[in-house]
Amino acid sequence: MTAIEIPAAPSRWRSVSLPWTVPAGAGIVLFWVAVAVLAPLVAPSDPIAQDLSDTLKPPGWAHWLGTDNFGRDVLSRLIWGTRIDLMMGFFGVLFPFVIGTTIGAVAGYSGGFVDAALMRLLDVTISFPFFVLIIAIVATLGPGLGSFYIALALVGWVSYARLVRAQFLVLKQSDFVLAARCLGFGRARIVFKHILPNAIMPAVVFSMSDAVLDILLGSSLSFLGLGIQPPTAEWGIMIADGKNFIGTAWWISLFPGIAIIILAIGFSFLADGFAELLGAKD
Amino acid sequence: MQRYRFVLTRPLQLIPVLFGISLVTFVLTHMIPGDPARILLGIRATAEAIAAIHEKFGLDKPIAVQYFYFLANLVQGDFGRSIIYRAPVLGVVAERILPTLSLILLAVAISAILSAILASIAATRRGGVTDQAIRLFSTIGLGLPAFWLGIVFIMVFSIGLGLFPVSGYGETFLDRLHHLALPAATLAVSLVPVITRNLRASLIAESTSDYVTAARAKGVPARAIFFGHVFRNSLLPTISLFGVNIGWMIGGTVVVETVFSVPGLGQLMVSSIFARDYLVVQAVTLVLALGVVATNFLVDLATAVLDPRVTV
Repeated sequence: MTAIEIPAAPSRWRSVSLPWTVPAGAGIVLFWVAVAVLAPLVAPSDPIAQDLSDTLKPPGWAHWLGTDNFGRDVLSRLIWGTRIDLMMGFFGVLFPFVIGTTIGAVAGYSGGFVDAALMRLLDVTISFPFFVLIIAIVATLGPGLGSFYIALALVGWVSYARLVRAQFLVLKQSDFVLAARCLGFGRARIVFKHILPNAIMPAVVFSMSDAVLDILLGSSLSFLGLGIQPPTAEWGIMIADGKNFIGTAWWISLFPGIAIIILAIGFSFLADGFAELLGAKD
Repeated sequence: MQRYRFVLTRPLQLIPVLFGISLVTFVLTHMIPGDPARILLGIRATAEAIAAIHEKFGLDKPIAVQYFYFLANLVQGDFGRSIIYRAPVLGVVAERILPTLSLILLAVAISAILSAILASIAATRRGGVTDQAIRLFSTIGLGLPAFWLGIVFIMVFSIGLGLFPVSGYGETFLDRLHHLALPAATLAVSLVPVITRNLRASLIAESTSDYVTAARAKGVPARAIFFGHVFRNSLLPTISLFGVNIGWMIGGTVVVETVFSVPGLGQLMVSSIFARDYLVVQAVTLVLALGVVATNFLVDLATAVLDPRVTV
């Protein structure tokens, strides 16, 4: 008598190998998260402490990435700046994600007048150049990180709303929704517990590349003087600080830019990898 | 002529969008804290003087009436007066349009040429080392902060090699081209990755279609198939992608113009924000939004002209 073979439970991701971009991207992002969390432990000195006897020193043993025009240690500022730039990526995605997903779900499921009205709102929002509208809102509310998040929430929801709405238009016709409706489930339960989990993946994938965008936008705003205000250490501000010394002290601007690029590559890898997985699943 | 009818109907469809744009700009300007009359007259103004200004500019009217005045003025080309330039806003903004427009056109030209070359190489050597390298380049390109790249370009090409001016705009056409080369290249770098990826994908999709197999079976040289058929047919989705990204590019000009001191709309917007010259900020926002709407209309037009199957 032979033992009865129990077939392995079919995995959802069966026969799809994880693209190398996912671990690579996760590694990079986790590295920066670690830097941000451990900032007080790993930063060699105070990020805003000035030392006017030690200004504009090139990278060397005493200051690995040199010092700026106030004698502040560039490496320490870079490490502390990680906290703010990561936060801009996270909150910059969170609010538009929640608002956009809700609007997309409501518009897609309701259809009719509600859908038409929300889509006209979307048309108007996307007819503004994205960054220009962000700047205009920040200018109205006054410079700062809070204004940046509000501006992003007001403008950034459109991409999520579009993605989720498109999914809802298809999914609301499917059999499992009909089944749920036959069982007498309420609208909210069908929309948020049954359709949404199936409709959310494209929005999640987009949020990774959106994080790149938000970090670029946030640091650009700080660079222009409309975001984080000096002397706080943030990568965009550091690049702005070094702008007047590009002929003599290139290191002030160069390193924070490289930091932004590396963090952005991490999120882009994640976005690419998840997009590939999603494509393979369908 | 049936398929060009949208040239007349599309502008009508745009009317609600234009209303929306004007409403958003109006609301934004009105949310700014502080009384415009007090800003105009200074802190020691008398109550009567403030009331007089309120009456003169209709600030004592209900907000809906004020919006109506605002629209009526816009239609007549009256954007108000700039408090910094002491001149009508329209004139201040109008003379900034050409530098920004030139910058964007040059950036679009650079990115079109660069993306076409990169995508063709990547698509014909699909999966190879070159393809991977181009893919990696486009991933890095997506995360390049324009303001930082501009500074690096200045460091290398202007200060280091002395090839380009550090900033400014120039006088003659060639001089301007020389001044705008680096800012346009900076802007282009943010667009090239997006266009390259898209064009590569449509080139690959197009080259697997039946007519390509037929042409190959007929003995048409590979080069002729690629440039005569595959490339031409892949251009359409790419052109609409340029339209989608124009808003992003216009946003980029704000940063790039500031870095390179190009006297364009973006630089005017940033300097007016700091000068609290809000009517100028409002006008620039409006003009740039109109630019996006106009570009999308032109892209629709180009699509219809290039592809007879498209009815817009």
